[in-house]
Amino acid sequence: MSTEKTLRSGSNLEKILKSGQFAFTGELGPPRGSDVDEVREKAKFLKGNVDSVNITDNQTAMVRMSSWAASLIAIQEGLEPNYQMVCRDRNRLAMQADILGGSALGIRNMLCLSGDHQKFGDHPDAKGVFDIDSIQLIAMVRQMRDEGKFLSGGDLHGAPKMFIGAASNPFADPFEWRVHRLAKKIAAGADFIQTQCIYNMEKFREFIRLANEEGLTENVYILAGVTPMKSVGMAKYMKNKVPGMDVPDDIIKRLQGVEKNQVSQEGINIACEQIEEFKTMKGVHGVHLMAIEWEHKVPEIAAQAKVLPRPQPE
Amino acid sequence: MIVAKRKPFAEIKAMLKGYKKVLNVGCGTCVSVCLAGGEREVAILNTEIEMTRKLDGEPIEIQGHTIERQCDREYLAELDSLIEEGKFDALMSMACGVGIQFLAERYPLIPTFPAVDTTGLAVNQAVGWYEERCRSCSQCVLGMTGGICPVTMCAKGLYNGPCGGTNKGNCEISSEQPCAWFKIYERLKGQNRLDSIKMINVARGWNDQTPRNLVQPGYKRPENMNR
Ligand code: SF4
Ligand code: SF4
Repeated sequence: MSTEKTLRSGSNLEKILKSGQFAFTGELGPPRGSDVDEVREKAKFLKGNVDSVNITDNQTAMVRMSSWAASLIAIQEGLEPNYQMVCRDRNRLAMQADILGGSALGIRNMLCLSGDHQKFGDHPDAKGVFDIDSIQLIAMVRQMRDEGKFLSGGDLHGAPKMFIGAASNPFADPFEWRVHRLAKKIAAGADFIQTQCIYNMEKFREFIRLANEEGLTENVYILAGVTPMKSVGMAKYMKNKVPGMDVPDDIIKRLQGVEKNQVSQEGINIACEQIEEFKTMKGVHGVHLMAIEWEHKVPEIAAQAKVLPRPQPE
Repeated sequence: MIVAKRKPFAEIKAMLKGYKKVLNVGCGTCVSVCLAGGEREVAILNTEIEMTRKLDGEPIEIQGHTIERQCDREYLAELDSLIEEGKFDALMSMACGVGIQFLAERYPLIPTFPAVDTTGLAVNQAVGWYEERCRSCSQCVLGMTGGICPVTMCAKGLYNGPCGGTNKGNCEISSEQPCAWFKIYERLKGQNRLDSIKMINVARGWNDQTPRNLVQPGYKRPENMNR
């Protein structure tokens, strides 16, 4: 696919990746309310500094402004959204309807996820839908886009133009399975992958080595997930409380080793060193920066990571 | 077997409020084995109800009777004379949801109340511990998953797991809940059958979304049957 130049959605992100340039994407969590200004405020820091911005979908199972609505606000603000959709909250009818609506209004990238279990959120006893899973969702979007057919097989008029993204967590076990799962997502139709936040570089190098060996990285664009640590507390929380997160002790020690008022800068330093390595890592095509509730730091991080200015494809 | 759990006493008490003569019907099959609604549980619950109502100054006359299976007309018929003579103003059932409905249906003029919450199809893991294993989805995939049910045991009912939340062999929802897909992976690996889950499992059609009827081959529904 890396060699294939025809555009599937024509999104900015797709153009940058297909031209062989190193992509840099960001993230924006919609507000827990209807305040448009909250979205605009966050968007301000991302504009011009990232190629596309993930708009999360009821992230951590907390109710927020819907991801497609926030995606449209992002478009108004001059950002390109990467519309996230989880399988937890909608059945196949609602999903297909939203994919069509999103495409009609200019959304060109989407990220297909299973979604965190509702148990973690603010409505823990909600009924989880999971009508289809993330891999089936990827396949459904691909079918709608490339074959012009609904999941049912019926014809649709005006295929949605979407650059299809999927997630990968190289750190969840069993480790050997993670490459197979990546292969399944590619076979289902994923055009690009955004990984879980990476802290254990050794394990990630091994994951990419295996993915290279299987030829997977020639068939999909991989964006390495980076989240700078803001504090020692955050690092410990990520290590102990967040399922599927792998934070080596070295990271915590390094943060503990600097003056208190330097910890967040050290977190950014670590992130930038990682980004430097990703730029030359075979099989990695970009970075996905998840600066959670730290959007205002994105310009600074992007500058320090030397990923500016961002390319402006035609 | 089908497992159930007795409802909280306050809820049972509230349902029976105002009723003075009640028959509590137990079931001798699944709910008896899982210690929720057999002869013994009927007797215990009745004593509790009697005592509380007495203390409240609202005495109740409550009888107990446990039949072999409440999901079977043949056994239910046993209750006909008892109920006719007893002139009960309410019935209570300690059978599973299926049994309770069959009882209610047989005596449509008498209010019938459930004394248990039916929880699923489970195995007996240890005395008093039952683990749900099947949601009776109508399209069994155990052949593909090494005999472990993803519909029931995976918190998201995924068909292409394990997902990215798998945590040291446990599900992302709790360190006490084994990840079904991790177990599926391990079992299939041990059988050298990982190919079975390397293929994409396509979106399935749910055929449990309307009330299901099952007529075994060679049989047909009796005509004009009242239900
Ligand atoms: S797949 Fe699971 S829920 Fe469906 S019939 Fe088999 S065991 Fe039961
Ligand atoms: S961790 Fe395992 S059991 Fe839990 S949702 Fe993911 S695949 Fe299912």
